[in-house]
Amino acid sequence: MKTGDCGFKVKIVSALLLVILATPAMVPAEPPRKGGPLPSIMLPVPKSVEEKTYLGLSGTGTFKIPQIRADVVIVEVFSMYCPFCQKDAPGVNEVYDKIQKDPGLRSRIKMIGIGAGNSAFEVETYKKTFEVLFPLFPDADYVIHRACGEVRTPYFIGVKIQKDKSHNIFLSQQGGFPGAQPFLEQILKESGLREGGR
Amino acid sequence: MDELKTGCLVVVMGILLVSVSSVVTGQTLSEAYKGNIYQPGLLKPVDSVLKVNVGDGAPLFTLPAVSGETISLSQYRERRNVVLSFVPAAWTPVCSDQWPGYNIMKGTFDRHDAILLGITVDNIPTLFAWTNQMGKLWFPVLSDFWPHGALAEKYGILRSNGVSERALFVIDKNGLIRYIDVHDINKRPPLEDLVGALEKLTK
Repeated sequence: MKTGDCGFKVKIVSALLLVILATPAMVPAEPPRKGGPLPSIMLPVPKSVEEKTYLGLSGTGTFKIPQIRADVVIVEVFSMYCPFCQKDAPGVNEVYDKIQKDPGLRSRIKMIGIGAGNSAFEVETYKKTFEVLFPLFPDADYVIHRACGEVRTPYFIGVKIQKDKSHNIFLSQQGGFPGAQPFLEQILKESGLREGGR
Repeated sequence: MDELKTGCLVVVMGILLVSVSSVVTGQTLSEAYKGNIYQPGLLKPVDSVLKVNVGDGAPLFTLPAVSGETISLSQYRERRNVVLSFVPAAWTPVCSDQWPGYNIMKGTFDRHDAILLGITVDNIPTLFAWTNQMGKLWFPVLSDFWPHGALAEKYGILRSNGVSERALFVIDKNGLIRYIDVHDINKRPPLEDLVGALEKLTK
């Protein structure tokens, strides 16, 4: 064997090792785990004053979900192109409506949606078509979707935020939207808000 | 030595490609399809040579629809603008999410006096089962199954493995092609591009 051959083989083995080592970084994350923290999700502060006020945010730039002024945040990962998201949209709107009409819940539970693979235009189309009143955010490049383990849509994540702004996931659910009232009861029960005294 | 180098490079590139295609899909899947979607992996973005151009008269066709009707392009002449949405195959990831999006856009199509025709090279029973998962579609779904892919071939969008490209054609009331998007098969065409093309028809 020539010395050059040996050097080349070492390079090839190194390249293969590099590929093997790099592969885990490309593997999508696991779906959000109940009891665990949210994946790293950065969202743009909404331009709309109403949405900013609803979420208790100020200024511009980006924010993380635990910065939302609430005890509980419900995140729906949806897609404008997803038939079940479309079917569930009126029921999900009803959840929002029930929360907003309840003085004991209005300031404690907030809802947002993340449009996986949807452009701003597509998210706006979904919002207008289904008259969604809570803030929706585009995730055109699937960055958030990937961080959430490329879950099938719709996917519901419930986040409990403590006073010190630490947080944990209490609900991580693929589809299976049971209707507005049962879903709200599930949120109240699993987040502990019901026991917390309304 | 050169052969060894080439061989090893091919292996490395192959592993890289497999790693990327198998783990980073960049696609959403609706719960509507459960585990019934076949994952073809990352495909060559475009694998055909277009035979029509913007400004050409659209090649005519008559195809069977899932509804049992037979649809001809000529029936819309001087009556409606027509959008042809070719998708590669039933029960695959991006295709399964494309038409349900158009399904909530009927108002936009109506505003621009346009009809949408969904087309694949699948046969009618397959299209029937697949589109049933999407809910009730307001637009006809046509089968270019037999002679296999003849319409896709006529437009120059039949891939070498017998499926069509993911392609959109906007045809005006005079039968002229006004917009073509032969899209990367792995990605969904952004809705705003199609809506922009429809807006140009009525300006």
